[in-house]
Amino acid sequence: MKENEIQDELSTIRNLMERSSKFISLSGLSGILAGIYALIGAAIAYHFIYSKISEIPPDFDHDLTKAFFYDGDIHTATLFLLSLALVLLLASIGTGIYLTARKARQKGQPIWGNTSRALLFHLATPLVTGGLLILVFISRGYYGVIAPLCLIFYGLSLFSASSFTFTLVKYLGLCEIVLGLINACFPTYGLLFWAIGFGVLHIVYGTIMHFKYDR
Amino acid sequence: MKVPFEKLDKAFENRLRLQIMSVLVVNDRYDFNSLKELLDTTDGNLASHLKGLEKEEYIVVHKAFLGRKPNTTYESTEKGKKAFKQHLDALEQLIKQQKNK
Repeated sequence: MKENEIQDELSTIRNLMERSSKFISLSGLSGILAGIYALIGAAIAYHFIYSKISEIPPDFDHDLTKAFFYDGDIHTATLFLLSLALVLLLASIGTGIYLTARKARQKGQPIWGNTSRALLFHLATPLVTGGLLILVFISRGYYGVIAPLCLIFYGLSLFSASSFTFTLVKYLGLCEIVLGLINACFPTYGLLFWAIGFGVLHIVYGTIMHFKYDR
Repeated sequence: MKVPFEKLDKAFENRLRLQIMSVLVVNDRYDFNSLKELLDTTDGNLASHLKGLEKEEYIVVHKAFLGRKPNTTYESTEKGKKAFKQHLDALEQLIKQQKNK
């Protein structure tokens, strides 16, 4: 065997090991867009909540049942914010699937294979658990736990899915978890933490991914 | 220094076998059809080399049914993983030697 033959052999092996066990078609651009959607959503929510807010009571921080001191009808507000969150979620997932499918085609990796199935399963388990738990808390009026739980469970989902894709996803997950835990100590600032976690962090992650892998 | 050609595993002489093995060492299990798609090869070719690896006891075969469709998955054995690693080490050594010449 010649040297370049061996080199060729080794690079094929490396490529196969990566392609068969990791889903490498995640798009960085979709991260950036999801971050932008989240920031727009947070801005809308901010206007909605704080246009009708009265003075914040001093002991407010310790009361997990109220994340914001809202003067309007609490049910309308919950419904509005939930639909806003749902629209954001669908828009982000839609963009993500579209851009990822495009990149998978370019890379010749099947979008629906063993790896993407494993990735999705590991992503969905903590995410659905968190989503249902949050709905239970909302129905009981614990509004203060929504933002930290969103961040923590989303972080756990990313962490659990990260063994099937880029290592960067693991660090994004850890950042979300830390942010969520800090947020849990300061529930008043839920919206701010939410905007940092889902907006700013996604944009940072998407930008790194884009420059490292997309091109 | 002697060229360690004899350290290269005969079972991996075929390119496809080495490729099959590299997929099976990083995945717990892999099924026939996904393997065929990934390695871009034919049924017969893949089956014969899988059989070869099975004979060496480098892989084990799990036969199951998904509904009525047969679903065969493959898993690498400890022996297979060890042989694969040794083969890679030998390849690496060969490169090093050729560079020193």
